[in-house]
Amino acid sequence: MAIYSTNEFKAGLKVMLDNDPCAIIENEFVKPGKGQAFNRVKIRNLKTGRVIERTFKSGESLEGADVVDVTMQYLYNDGEFRHFMVPDTFEQYQCDGKTVGEASKWLKDQDPCIVTLWNDAPLAVTPANFVELAIIETDPGVRGDTSGGGGKPAILETSAVVRVPLFVQQGEVIKVDTRTGEYISRVKD
Amino acid sequence: MRRRARLLQTIRQYFLVREVLEVETPLLSHCGGTDPQLDFFTTHHNAPPLQQTLYLQTSPEFAMKRLLAAGSGSIYQITKAFRNGESGRFHNPEFTLLEWYRVGFNLSQLMDDIADLIAAIFADSQPPLCATQRMSYQAVFAQYTGLDALVFDAPAYRNYAIHNGLPEAVALCAADHNLWLDFLFSHQVQPHLGLNALCMVYGYPACQSSLARINADNPLVTDRVEIFINGIELGNGYFELTDADEQNRRFDQELALRVQLNRPITVKDTRLVAALQAGLPTCSGMAIGLDRLLMLLSASTSIDGVLNFPLHRA
Repeated sequence: MAIYSTNEFKAGLKVMLDNDPCAIIENEFVKPGKGQAFNRVKIRNLKTGRVIERTFKSGESLEGADVVDVTMQYLYNDGEFRHFMVPDTFEQYQCDGKTVGEASKWLKDQDPCIVTLWNDAPLAVTPANFVELAIIETDPGVRGDTSGGGGKPAILETSAVVRVPLFVQQGEVIKVDTRTGEYISRVKD
Repeated sequence: MRRRARLLQTIRQYFLVREVLEVETPLLSHCGGTDPQLDFFTTHHNAPPLQQTLYLQTSPEFAMKRLLAAGSGSIYQITKAFRNGESGRFHNPEFTLLEWYRVGFNLSQLMDDIADLIAAIFADSQPPLCATQRMSYQAVFAQYTGLDALVFDAPAYRNYAIHNGLPEAVALCAADHNLWLDFLFSHQVQPHLGLNALCMVYGYPACQSSLARINADNPLVTDRVEIFINGIELGNGYFELTDADEQNRRFDQELALRVQLNRPITVKDTRLVAALQAGLPTCSGMAIGLDRLLMLLSASTSIDGVLNFPLHRA
């Protein structure tokens, strides 16, 4: 794997730090006029999602991490693992609950999503930015309600709970932004 | 662009009134600086039979000292300086430097001079600068870290780093007092210095002396000053070393350190040592990065904002 020196660090670069794959968020060059130069680097641990700051002597280097994002199709949940497939090659990957994490509440069979692979093993799952899901349970709306007002909770087919406007009915399909968990619109067939 | 022109005008007017002579010295020289932390650009002079390697200056210091030794009196220069590999929010490899020397000044007189110049430059800035602060390195280091900068208490330094979110410092700095000071000062102290005011830090630890004199009263500190506004380091000044033997020794030390740090080897400027032997007058010198000064004057967050063509567009 490639070795990257501090002056090659830039946002998005994936490197190994303390045996974990990490992504660089920010790199600031710090140099006292007459002293040692440092690079103050903000870095996200891709396993835990935690963001830390770390200082390196300028010129130090880190090993690159073999981390790639692959678009896959979510297949099914066998109770213990969730299974994904690369549509082009039909290659399949299984992820445990910890790897899937928060993404699980947005995953519907056949939907596309992004699986991050580290040394060809799944590291994290990111759902598509927008998903369309059916409402399986919500309070009935009252005639005359408009999109204004408070809204109500609705349980979706993947068991995620989203606040929807009062006029949205059980059984309807809605579009949700998975980054914020917010209702966007109803989906007409 | 206009602000830069006005800044240059203010500086030239300031020195004109005080009868400090503007000079020019070569950008291209037969030897580079020996400072172990600076990397230079080299080029090749295509003139047989010497085929000399030439260096772009990292600062005009050596050439200006030769002028001083030749009896120039107080001088200043606005020039380009080049530092290889320095690039970031506050760094461009090519930058503009104001450097001046005042014959007969000690460090305290130099600090008065700096304060006057900065006041002239920020005369009509909004909001106006607050009162200038003068603090010793030891005091300011103790204020923000609780550590003694002059005495290297390794366990205390390590303990401080671990409890302040900088555990990597322990391995990075190890037993190198100088490196610890660079690390802690730039991370924990400097960001607090000079909130909308000029802050002058003097009395640097002797291990960070570079070309400054050791203080006559306290051999643990050196007569060096650095100035900061809003946590940005603007410049560095010395009560200049005039002892040729001491200068020669420090050159040899720095060259040895360069070898140790695996940095490109340079040659010692024997012409400077010769000039010092001939006699450098008692003087103090200061260098200020004008691009950073402009960043402050124009409230820019990046040096690219005050350069017409930063390196990636040059």
